[in-house]
Amino acid sequence: MPFVGSFIAAFMPEDARNREAWLASFIAVCGLVVTLWLYPLVASGEVIRYRLEWMPEMGLYFSLRMDGLAWLFMALLEVITLLVVLYARYYMSPKDPVPRFFSFLLAFKGSMVGVLLSGNLIQMVLFWELTSLASFLLISYWHHRADARRGARMSLTVTATGGLCLLTGVLMLGHIVGSYELDDVLAVGDLVRAHPWYVPTFILIALGAMTKSAQFPFHFWLPHAMAAPTPVSSYLHSATMVKAGIFLLIRLWPILSGTSEWTWVVAGAGICTMLLASFFAIFQHDLKGLLAYSTISHLGLITVLLGIGSPLAMVAAIFHTLNHATFKASLFMAVGIIDHESGTRDMRQLRGLLHMMPYTSTLAIIASAAMAGVPLLNGFLSKEMFFSETLHWGYGKWMSVAAIVYGIFSVAYSLRFIYVFFGKPAQDLPSQPHEPPRWMRFPVEFLVLCCLIVGIIPGLSIGPMLHLAVESVLGTQTPHYSLAVWHGFNTPLMMSIGALALGVVFYTVLRLFANLTHIDKVPVFHRFSGAQAYESFFLWLTVGAGRVETWLSTRRIQPQILVILSVAIISAAVAWPKEVKFDFALATKDLDPWFALLWLIGCTCAVGAAWQAKYHRLRALILLGGTGVITCITFLMLSAPDLALTQLMVETVTAILILLGLRWLPARLSPKELNIEVPLTVWGRRSRDFSLAFIAGLGMAGLSYWVMITPKHETISDFFMLRALTEGGGSNVVNVLLVDFRGFDTMGEICVLTIVSLTVYALLRRFRPAPESMPLPAQQNNLADPAIRQTPQQQASVGYLMVPGVYLRLISPVIVLIAAYLFMRGHNMPGGGFVAGLTLAIAIILQYMLAGTTWIEARLILRPGRWLAFGLSVVLATGAGAWLFGYPFLTSHTTHLTLPLLGEIHVPSAFFFDLGVFAVVVGSTILILVALAHQALRSHRQPGSTQSDYQTLKELN
Amino acid sequence: MSSLLVFAISFAQICILLAMLFCTIRLLIGPAAQDRILALDTLWMTTMLQALMMGLRFSNELYFELALLIALTGFVSSIALAKFLMRGEIIE
Repeated sequence: MPFVGSFIAAFMPEDARNREAWLASFIAVCGLVVTLWLYPLVASGEVIRYRLEWMPEMGLYFSLRMDGLAWLFMALLEVITLLVVLYARYYMSPKDPVPRFFSFLLAFKGSMVGVLLSGNLIQMVLFWELTSLASFLLISYWHHRADARRGARMSLTVTATGGLCLLTGVLMLGHIVGSYELDDVLAVGDLVRAHPWYVPTFILIALGAMTKSAQFPFHFWLPHAMAAPTPVSSYLHSATMVKAGIFLLIRLWPILSGTSEWTWVVAGAGICTMLLASFFAIFQHDLKGLLAYSTISHLGLITVLLGIGSPLAMVAAIFHTLNHATFKASLFMAVGIIDHESGTRDMRQLRGLLHMMPYTSTLAIIASAAMAGVPLLNGFLSKEMFFSETLHWGYGKWMSVAAIVYGIFSVAYSLRFIYVFFGKPAQDLPSQPHEPPRWMRFPVEFLVLCCLIVGIIPGLSIGPMLHLAVESVLGTQTPHYSLAVWHGFNTPLMMSIGALALGVVFYTVLRLFANLTHIDKVPVFHRFSGAQAYESFFLWLTVGAGRVETWLSTRRIQPQILVILSVAIISAAVAWPKEVKFDFALATKDLDPWFALLWLIGCTCAVGAAWQAKYHRLRALILLGGTGVITCITFLMLSAPDLALTQLMVETVTAILILLGLRWLPARLSPKELNIEVPLTVWGRRSRDFSLAFIAGLGMAGLSYWVMITPKHETISDFFMLRALTEGGGSNVVNVLLVDFRGFDTMGEICVLTIVSLTVYALLRRFRPAPESMPLPAQQNNLADPAIRQTPQQQASVGYLMVPGVYLRLISPVIVLIAAYLFMRGHNMPGGGFVAGLTLAIAIILQYMLAGTTWIEARLILRPGRWLAFGLSVVLATGAGAWLFGYPFLTSHTTHLTLPLLGEIHVPSAFFFDLGVFAVVVGSTILILVALAHQALRSHRQPGSTQSDYQTLKELN
Repeated sequence: MSSLLVFAISFAQICILLAMLFCTIRLLIGPAAQDRILALDTLWMTTMLQALMMGLRFSNELYFELALLIALTGFVSSIALAKFLMRGEIIE
């Protein structure tokens, strides 16, 4: 439901603050009502389960499971969501795009509910990652601010890395247990603890939980995440996101805890976090920064409690989780109000807020007193439980000492916080603070009231629900405990009072003697900055990746081709089977000398092309044409007229394409022309390239020859030969293969063709030729040439191109007719959409060559884009047409229609498929060639006259 | 098919092959670019003739059709090359 809400919220208008808030609160209220409605069921000790088949064969189900613990966290989540939504309605300024905010908020809530209710470990990790993602989006909500982006990226990197560790750990856990269902896993704690994989599994899961809950040494992301709007901070860092890690630890407590590894890792991290963060908090100047570090230290406290591992410590942990959520959410909101009203969060500027906003200040003071652990407030209760647990810890007294030190620190930073409300009202604030709107204050009031009620009458208010959660975790181990303000005059109380008193003293000392407000850095510890380490690591990673890239990769195509060819040749030489010997006698036995001479011509041309390619591109192109001729005649010899036809067309189009490109390549002068000596290394390099090309070509030719002389085996072509007429309805096997048997391949290929041609077109629009090829070619500057004063059209009608002009214009309808003929008969005889498309394209290009772009485009409106679109749609429609008759995609069908004039004709559905191929081939060929040809127009244009250029390009499409 | 015809066709094919070889030599040594282009054009023409000969030899009319197509489009690349030499670019 929150996800649906998130979707709806994303589409609401920018200024719909009220509607967004109503929608979000409606969802939260629904969730709350459902949760409360389930209370009797859960309270009776039942575990509610709901299961959907997901991948049953893999043992994966979408399962939901709600026990006391999940219920308690759910209730907390729903209440806090409701309050945050209400608060955010007033906090967000009308200029902020609220739909995004509420959409992310609801998405986050949805993923959090997923984490809480998942009955399957994998599913839980999935939602876990979703919370990371949603929190990333929430923190970077003000994405125009660099610190928000940085903080969001940092939090995502840390928590998502932790999430990956968690996934690995969960997979290992699932492997140990043999099931991912939470019920099964929770039942076999002893098995897990005894398993040799226990330690890695536990460490990985703990890493996941500790990154999420910002435990040392991963605590650094949380203060940076404070760049988020205050409702987000209050939501993520009090009750939800960071508590997910705690929730996970509590959830898996029954199976993972009780070992010394657990105690040392969890409690150790917790103590470090608790002490360091509370120490840091004292030295913050930003109100939110202080709260951020205090959040971390409280999370550390809860982690310590979990690490202690006794059932009573578990009670205290759950209890403190709740308490922390209530007072920290209210504190964040109060800070948000202060920030909103006064325009600053700097504790060095803020003074005497009690006078300006008495009501809010009182609330904030009570909440921070709860944070400090003042009696009669909820923080006192759980802190006292914490103190008493440290006394019972089996590993020595230092835990109690740490607890007292922590108590002192926390009192000190709470005092630091409270201090802003007293004193003379500050005069230099950016804006004059006053009380916020009634309903913006309401969430704070409500939460502070909760603090008070729980603090005064714990047994009546929170007792039953807490008991429920504890029971669901501990089961039969549930200890006897009493929630009361007064337990008599005992050691924990002494510790509490001592910590309070010492905290006040510590703070006063700092304030009076150490000049607290002027310390910019945290003493001693500012040298060990986790954030700095993170940034350095990523900088190192980026630089390292860059180095590796420059070392291993290149943007030049020549080295790439060199590597590819060498690897291909070497692997072919290595993998060459031993038993295949080169048998010269066999190879020359049936050799037709006539055929051999033909191939000699072809090979000579190919080698010559490779030889000339460096300095004489035109020569190389002409020689390549020679090779093309021989290829064509070879196909003819081997009775493959279809291939010969295609080869002919492809040769022609390729020659035109390369010539069009050749215009823009700067001329290369050979060393002889330049009168310079070529160094030996350069000779070596060129000889290497030449021999590589030679060997590769020889290898390919040898392979194809070998295939031809090898006795024929049973191949797949027999299958196609046999089926082409009966099943494909055509006797031209190649064509039937293309449009029918392999129709899906062909469809993919024409899609690629379309994409390539569009890419070429797009690239050419931005193409700027090299300066030396910018001017007109030398031939067009020769003043002795009469053609220079003529337009291309005049050249074609009365100039030097008159003869070919007449001839080509006469012949073009014939070529078009032949294209149509080749297309129509393609299914049964040599021809088909591809060849026909090329033929038509040649006819059009001929006219372009003859009379120039301007003349042609004034008379012939070509829209290659539409040809492409039409072709692809026809192909898709033909393929999808099979669905109408209940056949799979691209099933072909053949009918015989009787038309009035033409008599009976043969109409296979593949005909329409071929039509699409035809259109795509025409469209892409024309698009590429004409886009290249248009470069000539563009380079002649005067600078600044982009309009005409734009128009020509627009006409082209 | 009479042996005279077989002989005549073989003879013609060998003659055309010789023509192709000479074309290739011209194609390789040049010296001018025009020589090479003409050689390539002639190579296409001889190919067309070979196709006709093969059509006669295998008595298959598909070869005649192909010869027609070569005649129809084989010259296009020659025209493009010629125009490139003449004007420095093929589509103005």
